[in-house]
Amino acid sequence: MFKGGVKLLDFKSLSKNEKIEEFKYPEKVIIPLSQHTGSPAKPVVKKGDYVVEGQIIGEITGFISSNIHSSVSGKVIDIVPWDLPTGKRTMSVIIESDGEGKSIEKIKRDWLSLSKEEIINIVRDSGIVGLGGAAFPTHVKLTIPPGKKAEYVIINGCECEPFLTCDYRVLKEFIDEIVEGIQIIAKAVEVKKVFIGIESNKIDLLPLLKNALKNLKIYIEVEIKILPEKYPQGSEKHLIKSILNKEVPSGGLPIDVGCVVFNVQTTLAIKRAVCDGIPLTERVLTCTGLVKKPKNLKVKIGTLISEIFNYCQGELKYGRKVITGGPMMGIQLFDLDVPVIKGTTGIILLPEENLPEKIQPCIRCGKCIDVCPMFLLPSEIGKYVEFGRFDKCENLNVFDCIECGCCAYVCPAKRPLVDFIKCVKFKLRKK
Amino acid sequence: MKENLCKIYCSPHIHSSETTSRIMLYVILSLLPAMAGSVYFFGFYVIKVIFVSIISCVLSEFIFQFLMKKEIRINDGSAIVTGILFAFVLPPKIPLWIVVLGGFIAIFLVKELFGGIGFNIFNPALTARAILLASYPVEMTKFINVFDYRVDAITSPTPLFIMKENINQQLPSLWQMFIGTRPGCIGETSTILLLLGAIFLLAKKVITWHIPIPYILTVAILSLIFKENVLYQIMGGGLILGAFFMATDYVTSPITRKGKIIFGIGCGIITYLIRKAGGYPEGVCYSILFMNMLVPLINRYTLPKKFGSKK
Repeated sequence: MFKGGVKLLDFKSLSKNEKIEEFKYPEKVIIPLSQHTGSPAKPVVKKGDYVVEGQIIGEITGFISSNIHSSVSGKVIDIVPWDLPTGKRTMSVIIESDGEGKSIEKIKRDWLSLSKEEIINIVRDSGIVGLGGAAFPTHVKLTIPPGKKAEYVIINGCECEPFLTCDYRVLKEFIDEIVEGIQIIAKAVEVKKVFIGIESNKIDLLPLLKNALKNLKIYIEVEIKILPEKYPQGSEKHLIKSILNKEVPSGGLPIDVGCVVFNVQTTLAIKRAVCDGIPLTERVLTCTGLVKKPKNLKVKIGTLISEIFNYCQGELKYGRKVITGGPMMGIQLFDLDVPVIKGTTGIILLPEENLPEKIQPCIRCGKCIDVCPMFLLPSEIGKYVEFGRFDKCENLNVFDCIECGCCAYVCPAKRPLVDFIKCVKFKLRKK
Repeated sequence: MKENLCKIYCSPHIHSSETTSRIMLYVILSLLPAMAGSVYFFGFYVIKVIFVSIISCVLSEFIFQFLMKKEIRINDGSAIVTGILFAFVLPPKIPLWIVVLGGFIAIFLVKELFGGIGFNIFNPALTARAILLASYPVEMTKFINVFDYRVDAITSPTPLFIMKENINQQLPSLWQMFIGTRPGCIGETSTILLLLGAIFLLAKKVITWHIPIPYILTVAILSLIFKENVLYQIMGGGLILGAFFMATDYVTSPITRKGKIIFGIGCGIITYLIRKAGGYPEGVCYSILFMNMLVPLINRYTLPKKFGSKK
């Protein structure tokens, strides 16, 4: 178990029992060419081109990058800069769908006969990135750097953010495909031991998981770890700490301790790409909070958030805010006409909080230090940022911060500590 | 529709319900039993002392913030807490003008001049007491018997004074000290009522055990080693009040748990040293002030190692 972190009310019961519903075929999609960590994809279609579902519209431009596929069939009406839910603005391909749902030819494959290089190539070509939120290209994770060896694969089903239930539903409804995906990953990284980490609020999945794990096609050992409900349990580093009691070195990657970690939806996407030839053009997300009908929806990448929000009967009144992602790390939207991207885990309507207008002084209670899962000093960093001493923050290891938000959550003075830290990271990177 | 979305906040989008003023409210609530007890033990005059002390503190804070054109934040309740705690460390028959002066010193000199809430180096209530003790030694050491409500009540030595000077006077029984019917400062006498408040604060997670328990244990162990009566050392002076309500002051104590334990042990050693070898019968006040000075040093050497640092 990792030290620090906070216990949160999870609000998952709002949407926990809603079956995954297929969201209507969009009339228009806006597909940004940079939805992932790494370099943006290069557009390979022009205005006026006809594209079909699964066709590549943006090509990978480096090792850490990803292909982008059309999620509908229809006509490219424009390629323009568009806002992302993350607040960035990137070139985006706007496609008007013809509603016919024509698709590229889906090649069925038997993964048992594929080599690990072939699997990684398929994953790369299918544009798969981490679907837990960070959107790190998956083929990079699957490619074990020379000199390193993966010993364990960890499947991350924690979903420690409150409100979100999409990973829970995916585990429940597509468990057989996920188990297939786990085996494909194990083969690709040549690992014999797999852990599935889930938080104890999903303990009802245990019989289902055990049952699905009975008929494995290759020889691997899969262990299910029930972890206590504590935020940020789903953080890669803390999940590894909880399961293997190993600390990923500062500035390092999970592979430095012999691990690779995949989200459950990523695992599902890998299976579908490898076995069924379906590139990543849709994902499951949770639309919940104060909306009238909270739902788990399977949504085409590029669908406008406003459409999903209206479908779930969300109503924007004064004093409400819409965020994408979970409430602890998500980003508040200033405009709902932004597309769902690969990393969009949820859309949540929350009440605006009664936070102080001015920054209140720190009373040095030390609660932020007690909860910081990276063992940093958020209060001290906050004070230095407040007084403009950005240079002092580097020594306080500000770049180790994972921006989980525990410090700002517990702060009695409601100081915007995450805001401070994001600010100083930006300033120091620019330098 | 769009203007409703204009006020943009950074993550996290949910916060705990705890606020600065709620913490202060909890501290005030936790002090109420001891306050009620003190009025019962020492008479109605005590209410006046507490009231004047609170008014003096809050008013000093208001005047300072007004004059310095800072944001007026008397409603966070921290000045009220200082006011009550300051009154608690005064003798029951203290002249009111000294109380007014003390409240002014605590807030104006010790807290606001250093930058206000969160920035003061020393505990305001204790510093004010130390300054007044040096300035008005007679008034500040005039302790009286309990239930002696007369204006010209006869002075009576505190248990620690009796033990220190070996004067020929009956010590109060352990039970009397536990309940609080013994001479002493306004808020320090009743162990049971203070513990009630302390348990409340611990349960509400306003304070942790990391300072008070090492503090009290250190005093207890040292008195055991030097063959003193342990329970008299713990309950005879201001140790319970100091350990749970003064030493735990957020601003003037270390920020990490490890540092807090060191701070508590240090307070314990110095308290015992002053009681045993110093000129005063009581050392809680000075020990905490002394350790306040060492807080930056303790912080420097107890910083947590970041996650994933090489061991």
